[in-house]
Amino acid sequence: MATVEVPYQETVPLHHPKTWLGKYVFSQDHKVIAIQYGVTAMAVGLVALFLSELMRIQLAFPGAMPWFTADMYYQSITMHGMIMVIYLLTAFLLGAFGNFCIPLMCGARDMAFPFVNMLSYWVYLISVILLLLSYVVPGGPTGAGWTLYPPQTITAGTPGDDWGIAMMLISLAVFIAAFTMGGLNYITTILQARTRGMTLMRMPLTVWGIFIATFLGLIAFPALFVSAVMMLLDKFLGTSFFMPAIVSLGKSLDYSGGQPLLFQHLFWFFGHPEVYIVALPAFGVISDLISVHARKNIFGYRMMVWAIVAIGILSLVVWAHHMYVAGMHPYFGFFFATTTLIIAVPTALKVYNWLLTLWRANIRLTVPMLWALAFVLTFIVGGITGLFLGNVIIDIPLSDTYFVVAHFHMVMGVSPIFAIFGGIYHWYPKLSGRMLNDKIGLLHFYITFIGTYLIYFPMHYLGFIGTPRRYYETGVTEVTGFYPQSAHDLNVFITCVALFVGVSQLLFVYNLIVSLKKGKKAGDNPWGANSLEWRTPDTPPGHGNWGERLPTVHRWAYDFGVSHGDQDHIPQDVPKQKSN
Amino acid sequence: MRVALLILAVVVGSVIFNFTTPFHLGQIASNWGLIDVTIWITFVLCGLAFIILGILMAWWIYTYQYQPGQLAEYEPEDPVLEGRLTILTTIGVVVMLAPGLIAWNDYIAVPEDAIELEVFSEQWTWSFRLPGEDGIFGYAHNKNIDIIANPMGIRDDDPYAQDDLVIETNIVKVPVDKKIKVLLRSKDVLHDFWVPEIRAKMDSVPGMVTYFWFEPTRTGVFEILCAELCGSSHHAMRGEMHIVTREEYQLWLDDQITWAERKAGVVPLTPVQQLGQTVARDNGCFACHNTTGAAGTPGPTWKGMWGTEVELDDGSIVTRDEAYVRESITNPGAKLVKGFSNTMLQLSDDVTTEDIDALIEYLKTTTPAVE
Repeated sequence: MATVEVPYQETVPLHHPKTWLGKYVFSQDHKVIAIQYGVTAMAVGLVALFLSELMRIQLAFPGAMPWFTADMYYQSITMHGMIMVIYLLTAFLLGAFGNFCIPLMCGARDMAFPFVNMLSYWVYLISVILLLLSYVVPGGPTGAGWTLYPPQTITAGTPGDDWGIAMMLISLAVFIAAFTMGGLNYITTILQARTRGMTLMRMPLTVWGIFIATFLGLIAFPALFVSAVMMLLDKFLGTSFFMPAIVSLGKSLDYSGGQPLLFQHLFWFFGHPEVYIVALPAFGVISDLISVHARKNIFGYRMMVWAIVAIGILSLVVWAHHMYVAGMHPYFGFFFATTTLIIAVPTALKVYNWLLTLWRANIRLTVPMLWALAFVLTFIVGGITGLFLGNVIIDIPLSDTYFVVAHFHMVMGVSPIFAIFGGIYHWYPKLSGRMLNDKIGLLHFYITFIGTYLIYFPMHYLGFIGTPRRYYETGVTEVTGFYPQSAHDLNVFITCVALFVGVSQLLFVYNLIVSLKKGKKAGDNPWGANSLEWRTPDTPPGHGNWGERLPTVHRWAYDFGVSHGDQDHIPQDVPKQKSN
Repeated sequence: MRVALLILAVVVGSVIFNFTTPFHLGQIASNWGLIDVTIWITFVLCGLAFIILGILMAWWIYTYQYQPGQLAEYEPEDPVLEGRLTILTTIGVVVMLAPGLIAWNDYIAVPEDAIELEVFSEQWTWSFRLPGEDGIFGYAHNKNIDIIANPMGIRDDDPYAQDDLVIETNIVKVPVDKKIKVLLRSKDVLHDFWVPEIRAKMDSVPGMVTYFWFEPTRTGVFEILCAELCGSSHHAMRGEMHIVTREEYQLWLDDQITWAERKAGVVPLTPVQQLGQTVARDNGCFACHNTTGAAGTPGPTWKGMWGTEVELDDGSIVTRDEAYVRESITNPGAKLVKGFSNTMLQLSDDVTTEDIDALIEYLKTTTPAVE
């Protein structure tokens, strides 16, 4: 076989920690860092969940919480959105899954730069702390919406226009530094530290998803970084990058000649790839979960890889579909509507291939598989509503309504969260050596899947009647009746479901904690999977992951449905000639 | 098994909900029926895709459940099938995109015979301007804004400006069956002028003039919403658009005043009143109060306030005379207007009694005698 020896990884002297602190806190082991990322992201995610419940209560029962002012509502939408998109989803899918999966799945001993990897987590933690500290600065956090559109972001009339926005922008800049350290590590590790025989086209799709997502992040995040810096300059040094001459609440400001649309372009040049930074790792995880638990090879592996690459490239040229009503040149509408609908083709192919993988499979309905199936259905709904909003003329009536809220929660809220849940249920046995409790897992799954569907599916229809998003209260309108009492009743229903689903997430937290000690012993490969992380000599894998020698890869990760002794699958490191 | 039935239930339930829910696009009131058609085409195609994919998924999960000893079919890929699916999806996308782009082409091409209407947005209200008899707007820029004398920033000496009709209220009337080009300006932050029944919407961006056009097709009263987050009272930034017959429109037009008339009607401030205005400005009063009648601000508007009765939060009625206003300035929490909370700060010690006297003189001017 024409594989090259990889002496570097084989002999790399790992820096084994000698103290408790070095092993569990300032650890350079990618698995510990993955857990740190995961726990931090989930903790801050619970904050975002709590904020969303406050908003839902306000929408359904205005006045029920007299202390919850409009300012607090707008601060909540901002913090909820930013936390979910950046500090939870990006951090979890890349920071936790990326860290855990890349070295194990590629057959490496650790990340290429373990120290930088550790630094990446600690800098991320600082960004989270800075973000949460904005609750204690004068004026509280910014209430400009997670899109942070100027001028309102930095003018009076928006909560947190002073300290709050500064904290937000600085926190984002720090996060981007953390992401860059992590991202360079992921790419270098994938390109340089794969074990013998692990060609790119043998990599599990999880690694492919994370790989392309990281590329996107490294291209897109700098746009957010510069816009954060420019906005800080506008706010504190009086430049006018984004600020035209305006009269803010009766006061003429000293700005002149700036262009608010410039910020929107920069923001969405980051913001749209960001959707795929979250989606691509989720695609990868789901592909692997479906294949493993359906006991069948993923259908059309090459197509799946090229679809990920194509989506990644196309995602860089669709950003202005978020700006159809922003006042940019109308001809842009033709271009961005076309590119946006083109991206639907590779995305649809991925969905077809997931479904075709189920065809004539031997499906085990394990908890991770249920999450994966729920992901596919949710993603179909979120994807096709994207075809509405991507088509410029349809976006005109639907933009800034609850249709958009429902769409993006389905496609980039609920779906990636399902992928995260699926991934956790799938990899927890490898991470901890124990299985998560199935009964609690099933309960958690059914509540969350049915619940989120009941929340978001009817919400599209609130958008059709024209309910505007980001409204502290809609108020049943008597003038024209576009928002009738029945729509408000629907809002009450949605809130009740949301509260129930929100509280039910504690089941998951409970399961994670209790199973750590009391879970069933997992063994090395409880799911009968093929990829390398299930082939480590120890479970959980020790520092350095592998024994004396790194594994050698002889095949792709999807040899399911083939007999191998008494098993129906052949792991990646089993040589070809020994099998059939 | 259970999950297969659940997925089937989700698909069936979604279809039933779709056909029984009253929540669909409201009855359209403009020429943009093509938008509704495009939505309908997309809805049908996407709906079918959702139903087919959902049923296949439920069916296959049900049929191919795990059986020990069973082997799944080994089929790495099928380029022919994948190619066909690609082509099918591409056709679907083209069918949805084509009418969308055709409609967009109409949407951005404003007919020459459209009449123009300027929508001026600010935190958190709307006002309007019409070009007047010459059909041409006078030049306007935020730098020209004086919140009392020139709230829209119209250039004083522009000959085209003199006959512009200025409508300083959040209610506007438009004639039915007449093409209207809406020009959008903003005084402060992003806003978005939106009437759901018209379908069209567009952000207003400070420093730019944005536009869209529509033709009202039925008369009625419609709610104007702000569709772009614009600060604390975004949700309260409402207005009304009345689509009326041409006769009624003409009567309404006759009632509006021109820029020249408005200027003539504005009594210049006396030095004392000017001092009062400066006091108001320097002490940040305009952060919460205004003279434009905008709703949703943290403090009550000053426009039309002087001498009128108002209900307090304890239900009593008080006349806003000099004694009341003076007390409200010096002791903000003493008597609160119903619906407002006591967030007003005490004036700093630098503000002298003369300053407060001047401020009161200025406040009197915010209630025009003509109204």
